[in-house]
Amino acid sequence: MHELSIAQNIIEIVMSNVPKDQLKDVRTISLRIGASSGIVADSLEFGFTAITAETSLRSARLNIEKVPFVIRCHSCGIEQENEEGSAVCASCGGIDTTIVSGTEMQFSEIELEEAV
Amino acid sequence: MSVITIERKVLEKNDEIAKANRELFRNRGIYVLNFVSSPGAGKTSLLERTLEHLRGRLPIAVIEGDVQTDFDAQRVAKYNVPVVQIVTNGGCHLDAKLVADALQNLDLTDIKIVVIENVGNLVCPANYDLGEEIKVVVASTTEGDDKPLKYPTMFRNASVLIINKIDLLPHLPSNVEVLKNNALSINPSLQVFETSCTTDAGIAGWCDWLEKTCVKKP
Repeated sequence: MHELSIAQNIIEIVMSNVPKDQLKDVRTISLRIGASSGIVADSLEFGFTAITAETSLRSARLNIEKVPFVIRCHSCGIEQENEEGSAVCASCGGIDTTIVSGTEMQFSEIELEEAV
Repeated sequence: MSVITIERKVLEKNDEIAKANRELFRNRGIYVLNFVSSPGAGKTSLLERTLEHLRGRLPIAVIEGDVQTDFDAQRVAKYNVPVVQIVTNGGCHLDAKLVADALQNLDLTDIKIVVIENVGNLVCPANYDLGEEIKVVVASTTEGDDKPLKYPTMFRNASVLIINKIDLLPHLPSNVEVLKNNALSINPSLQVFETSCTTDAGIAGWCDWLEKTCVKKP
């Protein structure tokens, strides 16, 4: 369950970028999580909600964009998505491939409700 | 609504400490391995056989990571190598900060190789860079040959696969070729070794490779 420790890292990034008195105004924290990053989005959301419940970040929610796992084959030039995290080209069977996306765990933005 | 854009890795803080660890190791000419596997695959046994085989050839130090107990550090200490135990108290993986702290208690004088034995877990340790040169993933024949497909992140991030407990193959439905091909479909550049810590099969080949590789240096 390392999603809890990932959630802790997310909170630390928020706290170092949002002034303390505005933490309660944080509504959405957007992230891009690769399909083959080893992170389960539901567990991450659960962990985040659990550890922020009694804090000034209790109104904040995670907005997780799932990024598909995509490889590019250098033999046949085809870019393709697969759900297995395989490095083998489904088109020609080649293994000279590079990962285009799907392994990232990237922070993107924090949305705050403006104080009226 | 106001928006603050922060384009950075979620584990950036860990990665920064890992980078500092890596610089420290490289400046001292030390080659660092991060041993990862599911619990019971044979990481500690493999480490013991490696220490035995390279005794007098390569000075090795060990960082042990476990959820609880210092049993593994006690096993390793019998080989008269510097060893420090990290107890994570429930934590499912080591991180770069834990390793940096452990280094304060490890004598690295004349050391050429540091082996970090991670917590037994094929999921979480895959995401945490510790400052190692390579991850060595140990998969035992008793775990079945589909492990790489079930845990692709770990096998993708590793440089070496050690298939352990090959002495048990006559008693198992596992097929080493299938296991190997599954691993290579996730990571075609994996260097693969087959070992048994009971019969010592394959240990010499693995140790010879390690000796050559660490001398080449990064």
